[in-house]
Amino acid sequence: MAVTDATSVKLRLQGLYKSFTVDGREVPVLDGVDLYAAEGEFVSVIGPSGCGKTTLLNCVAGLDEPNAGAIELKGSTTERRLGAVGYMPQKDLLLPWRSVLDNAIIGLELMGQPRAEARRRALSLMETFGLAGFEGQYPSALSGGMRQRAAFLRTLLADQEVVLLDEPFGALDALTRSQMQEWLLGLWGDLGKTIVLITHDVEEAVLLSDRVYVLTARPARVKLVVDVDLPRPRHYRMVTDEAFVHLKATLLASLREEGTWG
Amino acid sequence: MGLMVEAKQARPDGVTGVRPSPTLWKLDLSAALWWGLPALIVATLFGLWEAWVRLANVAEWLLPPPSAIFEELGSSRGLLWTHTLVTLQEVLIGFSLALGAGIILAVGIAFSRVVQRSLYPFVIASQTIPIIAIAPLLLIWVGYGTTPKVIVVALISFFPIVVNMVDGLKSVDADMVNMMRTFGASRWQVFTKLQVPSSLPYLFTGVKIGVAVSVIGAVIGEWVGASEGLGYLMTRSIPQFQTERVFAALFILSAMGISLFLLAAVIERLALPWHHTNKVRRVMGES
Ligand SMILES: Nc1ncnc2c1ncn2[C@@H]1O[C@H](COP(=O)(O)OP(=O)(O)OP(=O)(O)O)[C@@H](O)[C@H]1O
Ligand SMILES: [Mg+2]
Repeated sequence: MAVTDATSVKLRLQGLYKSFTVDGREVPVLDGVDLYAAEGEFVSVIGPSGCGKTTLLNCVAGLDEPNAGAIELKGSTTERRLGAVGYMPQKDLLLPWRSVLDNAIIGLELMGQPRAEARRRALSLMETFGLAGFEGQYPSALSGGMRQRAAFLRTLLADQEVVLLDEPFGALDALTRSQMQEWLLGLWGDLGKTIVLITHDVEEAVLLSDRVYVLTARPARVKLVVDVDLPRPRHYRMVTDEAFVHLKATLLASLREEGTWG
Repeated sequence: MGLMVEAKQARPDGVTGVRPSPTLWKLDLSAALWWGLPALIVATLFGLWEAWVRLANVAEWLLPPPSAIFEELGSSRGLLWTHTLVTLQEVLIGFSLALGAGIILAVGIAFSRVVQRSLYPFVIASQTIPIIAIAPLLLIWVGYGTTPKVIVVALISFFPIVVNMVDGLKSVDADMVNMMRTFGASRWQVFTKLQVPSSLPYLFTGVKIGVAVSVIGAVIGEWVGASEGLGYLMTRSIPQFQTERVFAALFILSAMGISLFLLAAVIERLALPWHHTNKVRRVMGES
């Protein structure tokens, strides 16, 4: 693992351990996970289904507390992580009674920003997020890809330095997913955010990331860390490049060793 | 001509995503059926009733034909109207009380285990006691007049409101709560911005049931002792064999119940347009 200047590390997990008690039995889910993301880095985490990826993000976001281990966020091991990390959950969780615009601003609203100003900021981004013309629609009128982008906009508007994405494209069809990946590639450069992406799509991980972590089956440990030194800006064409294919094969082989159905 | 219009309307409306109109036309047809069907059934029933009473020569004081009932509705409209207003007033006041108390109680029950453990049993118990047995007691306790009727109405209609609202407040999606918490939402914000809006469809279900049974409550209240109201008019008309007047009052009561129900449904649709669109989309998805 590359040694990185301590001040630029935005997120560092050390020996993260988390178990759930099910029917009086302790079931370990995270078994000592180490991971870091430096400022502006894009880091992906892949792992077999049910291995504990969402649990990992829940701990980082402050929704769950790990039983042991340290979470260092923006240089300090704070207990108060709720409201300090951007988190896009696996489901879009758009509120059905709010318009697309008002769904996008809910984070700002909860953080105490006046609605009018929040709306103005959201409106200026509708175009970028492919939601122009749908501001006033209810989420039920949107396609899966648009719902996902609306949820992403909601997360980004809160303007946190560290953003966690839990399989944002997992529920989309292949074509929409690749379009969204390209869109995110283009967007990310301007964002300057530190991103941790959970995915079960190896190609997606390689295409988007600076570094990929492979987790074992439950209980999850980091099994392999791969630095992706493909040049940026990246493009979807690269998926057939030799270096890309090689990285993909390495990750896939590692993942397949865990071959469970979760 | 028709073809041309259809071709024009069927053109995809890319930007707004509005569905082409053949679907709308289908919806219009089903809407016409929707309203026409009950009217047709009622008309058929009245026809059969009228025919049977005439052919079998049933005495008018035993079962008046619909024609006699409608005649009574016309000729005694002044009298009926006076009593209708009395009953309607009892219903509206009683139901408003039930709505206010029901919402407050539901919020208390949904948020405090102590309140739930101590009050919910009484809420349920209140429905197991036959209202008809309480109504005379109310007369003894609070006297004649509007008050005992209003209380009976409130007692009978607050239950569906409380139960539905409690379910609504509790059935909030845990993932949505977590989503809001990641933005640093306080418990109060989760309540006002998530639990309240997501429980409103449940509340309206309670309101629609409650408003329909509230009319029954008013009649029960008047039945045991009153000097005005449609329930009172019925108790007075039965011993005098003015059966067509009894039926006229019944017709008005059911019209009142239906109107209040529809009013609640219209308010629901205006207040929760998102809920309605969801339902329509679900229906269209199935077809
Ligand atoms: N609150 C909880 N109580 C008990 N067990 C839980 C809880 N949350 C998660 N688990 C268990 O922890 C394991 C990991 O769950 P998690 O959702 O983190 O997996 P995942 O890797 O995100 O799965 P997927 O790929 O399906 O999204 C699962 O076996 C799950 O049943
Ligand atoms: Mg998951």
